[in-house]
Amino acid sequence: MAYSEKVIDHFKNPRNVGTLDKESSSVGTGLVGAPECGDVMRLQIEVDKESGMIKDAKFKTFGCGSAIASSSLATEWLKGKSIDDALAIDNMEIVEELALPPVKIHCSVLAEDAIKSAITDYKSKNGL
Amino acid sequence: MSKPIQIYLDNNATTPCDPRVVDTMLPFFYEMPGNAASRSHPFGWQAEEAVDYAREQIADLLAVSSKEIIFTSGATESDNLALKGAFEMYARKGNHIITLKTEHKAVLDSCKKIEKMGGEVTYLDVERDGRVDLNKLEAAIKPNTIMISIMWANNETGVIQPMKEIGDLCAKHGILFMSDATQAVGKIKTHPKEVGVHLLAFTSHKMYGPKGVGALYVSRKNPRVKVTSQLDGGGHERGMRSGTLNVPGIVGFGKAAYIANKEMEADAARLSVLRDKLENAFKQNIEEVYVNGNTEHRMPHVTNISFKHVEGEGLMMTFNQNVAVSSGSACTSASLEPSYVLMALGLGDDMAVSSIRFSLGRFTTEEEIDQTIKLITDGVNHMRELSPIWEMFKEGIDLDAVEWAEH
Repeated sequence: MAYSEKVIDHFKNPRNVGTLDKESSSVGTGLVGAPECGDVMRLQIEVDKESGMIKDAKFKTFGCGSAIASSSLATEWLKGKSIDDALAIDNMEIVEELALPPVKIHCSVLAEDAIKSAITDYKSKNGL
Repeated sequence: MSKPIQIYLDNNATTPCDPRVVDTMLPFFYEMPGNAASRSHPFGWQAEEAVDYAREQIADLLAVSSKEIIFTSGATESDNLALKGAFEMYARKGNHIITLKTEHKAVLDSCKKIEKMGGEVTYLDVERDGRVDLNKLEAAIKPNTIMISIMWANNETGVIQPMKEIGDLCAKHGILFMSDATQAVGKIKTHPKEVGVHLLAFTSHKMYGPKGVGALYVSRKNPRVKVTSQLDGGGHERGMRSGTLNVPGIVGFGKAAYIANKEMEADAARLSVLRDKLENAFKQNIEEVYVNGNTEHRMPHVTNISFKHVEGEGLMMTFNQNVAVSSGSACTSASLEPSYVLMALGLGDDMAVSSIRFSLGRFTTEEEIDQTIKLITDGVNHMRELSPIWEMFKEGIDLDAVEWAEH
């Protein structure tokens, strides 16, 4: 199967790879997937508490090229967004941007889950 | 821009056609176009003679009579013919077949069909090293068992089964021994009479011959075995396989068998050194590397390695412009399930999805192995940088204790 140029670009030059301090109250962490399924995504956001804007986003992903590209793209989109706007990101937007084939749609679903899970973690830490 | 280096280490998928084979085939496309079944003119005689010669070359490789070689379109057809053909032919003797869970789909799916046709099939587990336990095999034999079907060498792991012991067991119980020897013929010695195999399926394109031609060895003496044809037509191949013979393909197959007979020992010796070099370099350079399957009873040119905490398809993407291999990762299979062969060895899904199969071949060079070591090592390091479970593993977190959000 051939990958789209955008997938290859994100795979070869992944944006925002790394780790934020998961103990910090301004950081939300989402860990989704399972090793036996072949996909694990960890996506983290750092939120400016006053404005509610996402200042930083980092990821690490165990998975295929499409999974890595989906999470890399997600971190790019998250930076500078408000939490509410971030919650509105739909997996089909990722599918379209990366031109994912049908068998790889689950990678985009996982990225959407990771975003929602990170926001949930941030909100529960801060009683929101 | 120069062309990227292209290293082919997927010889278990298919081998390149040896140029010597191609040269032998070429005249049979235009200059000698005859149908081997045309008995009334020189074109047909030439074709028949060429087919007979190739049949001798293939029979020599197996140390059998040329009358025992049935040409087919490939190993899948040979497996189908052997299994379904014997099931039909020996229906009066019984309807039970024993096979292994690690067999190729051509065998497993033929067995599934046989079950639909009223047969009974036992799919035995293998041990952790990929080999069958002979006691468990014998225990599975029943009064209505007509055949055991066990592959000579596994396509994913290269693990070689205890063929002679299985053959002895079949002889003791008076049942047929069928073997899918697709990965073994032309690479290691495969003499069916020596180990007691009665039906042996194999193909040309795994031994440096052309695609689209295979064969089934059918024992003619002690015991005389017959299979019911699965294709109806002109009654070619002693009535067991109708259809105009693929003369250029068969000529190439014969030449490939001739070359293999002369060169496979030297090829195996050279390739096992290169394979071991590759395997040892990974073990030295990279942490958490595991070789899957028995390493003592194994094809000389194959290694199946799990690079833990790295997903196989993603890993391949780091080097697939330069090195061609295959993976047991779920993402690479049509079924989206991790390799059933590795799962049958008792490996967890996480090990199966991290596996890469390297299969070397006659044209693999040491320089290519050196480059592969570098490219794959870099790829594993890149993927581990990206892997959250590698980070967790390094932090000492017990990954088995984590409650994963399965999807």
